[in-house]
Amino acid sequence: MPHKTFFWFFFPSGLAMLMFIGLPIISSFFQSLHIEPEQILMEVEKCDPFGCKTETKVDIEATNKLQEEQPLGRFNGLGTYGDRNHLAFDEIKEAWTNSSSIAEFTDILLNLPFYKALLFTLTFCFAVTPPVVVLGFIVALSVNTITKSLKGPTIFGVILPMIVTPLIGSLVLFWMIDAKGILGSFIQFLFDDPNLSLKSSSQLTWITLIIYGIWHNTPFAFVVFYAALQTVPQDPIEAAIIDGASRYERVRHIVIPHLYPVATFIILICLMDNFRVLEPIIGFAAEGVAQSLSWMIYNDLRSENKMLFGSAGATSMLTIIGVAILLTPVLIRTWREFRTER
Amino acid sequence: MESKINRYSKQLILINSFFILAWLVVSVFPFIWTFWGSFKVKADFFSRADWMFAVSGVNTLIETGDTSTVKAYVESWTEGEFWKATMNTIIITVSVVTISLFLGTLGAYALSRSTYKYTFWILIAALIFRAMPHITLVSGYLFPFFQLNVWGILPTTIIVLVAINQPFTLWLLYSFFKTVPKELDESALIDGCSYFQAFRFVIMPVMWPGVVTAGLFSMMLAYNDFTVTSLLLNQQNYTMVPKINAYLGTIEHSGNYMWAVSSVVSATAPLFMIIMFFQRQLISGLTAGAVKG
Repeated sequence: MPHKTFFWFFFPSGLAMLMFIGLPIISSFFQSLHIEPEQILMEVEKCDPFGCKTETKVDIEATNKLQEEQPLGRFNGLGTYGDRNHLAFDEIKEAWTNSSSIAEFTDILLNLPFYKALLFTLTFCFAVTPPVVVLGFIVALSVNTITKSLKGPTIFGVILPMIVTPLIGSLVLFWMIDAKGILGSFIQFLFDDPNLSLKSSSQLTWITLIIYGIWHNTPFAFVVFYAALQTVPQDPIEAAIIDGASRYERVRHIVIPHLYPVATFIILICLMDNFRVLEPIIGFAAEGVAQSLSWMIYNDLRSENKMLFGSAGATSMLTIIGVAILLTPVLIRTWREFRTER
Repeated sequence: MESKINRYSKQLILINSFFILAWLVVSVFPFIWTFWGSFKVKADFFSRADWMFAVSGVNTLIETGDTSTVKAYVESWTEGEFWKATMNTIIITVSVVTISLFLGTLGAYALSRSTYKYTFWILIAALIFRAMPHITLVSGYLFPFFQLNVWGILPTTIIVLVAINQPFTLWLLYSFFKTVPKELDESALIDGCSYFQAFRFVIMPVMWPGVVTAGLFSMMLAYNDFTVTSLLLNQQNYTMVPKINAYLGTIEHSGNYMWAVSSVVSATAPLFMIIMFFQRQLISGLTAGAVKG
């Protein structure tokens, strides 16, 4: 296809991506270099029958004027990246010199907002992915063995958790797990503790979120594994049967090796998708104990009185760096695939 | 020989059926429970006394005179203005699917037929774009959109969702067009068609299976989106998902929980219907990138 034809075919799609995916990243970066203008304070003398007091007040007029002149705020360089809410260099340095043990240092470190969020995000990613792969594989194996006429409805039932949006999925589970809901009551009954609530401690909330993550992501792994199972060559399996291999041996030595590349694909996609975890935190109302990187950005942009564009931009950039690290293996894999195709 | 491979021992069938049933309960029961509970009052669905109340509807009987009620549905659709959110969702979903399929088919066709190296880099770029967390993009949109005064309205959100959707649509349709034999449109070109005519008269009639799959994914993205719609739309223009979140209330004012429960059912029911019809396409799309023999 000549360059010119290609250009006109691809132009609308490319323009949309450039304008609304490429530019926002640059815009985000640009915002992260700026910080909200300081509020201009003024001293007001306030007199009442008991005497006069000077109060400091925000000069709204002057602040608004400044805001209009510099809507993005003043230039701050990379300052936002190093502040307490992001990489917190000063606080880390201070903690390093002041803390007596490594444990104390990690404790201080993990209470800084960014590192706290990073810890949760990574824990979520790496706790959800392995069970998802294992469960997805087992479910795919079992669905593959059931009668043909039952397959359709079964698959439909299995993929439901994946179809609903994470917010709705987490709400549906949250309402059951709530202390007043069916599962919550059941757990209280099981542990014989009427005050037990999954919201009561941060560990329990984390576990709940991870269980939700597994529930939501397993159908995806299932679907991919199920499709891959259809492509397992039948001849080696027949040969193995003749040689007297048990079903377990057949799965272990023929099916699983065949599915290795598929499994890596699932792991990578799963890690990438879970790195952006946001909706479950909102659905489970777990903001207090579990914050993710995405949630930090969401919170900056949601704040009631003022949107913190600078802070959100900086967190976005750091998140993108995280995604880039996770993405590298996917890119290498795609590149190799392309090379072998040519 | 086929039968021998698929012959299983009795124990295996038993364990297997049990496992599948258990798994189905885990994945389906929450939805059934929510559906059932949406016809109860709050005192039943979140019963402090006994969870069995949610099944029997004791408080519902006391409050409304019947064991199940559609009060939450009626109220959320009228008073809660869920009809408006539904309208917005329909507008956004239909527009996003139409536009992104239009752009996507053209782009992906070009990508699949061009033999130059830059197609590879475009696809890699699309892959990178696909991995960007939506919230980081939203943080880049808000400031310019405020400045340009286009924040809060539906068209902005539609364009944004189309763009966010493009990378996945391109990849999906690209791998689909690769399976359409090149000779088909090449012969049209030899017969004197332009590329566009070849696309219009030769490719378009055979591309529908791929387009249905891509459309299904665009639909799910637009219909399910929370991050973009909740931050880029103003309260009046909210779609279903942010609306449900708004019903939950904030720290400042308590929400109406049963409205949220009934709206969750209202929002998921149509989606489940559509997936029931297009299950095959959904699964083929999910596996397009993963399995190549």
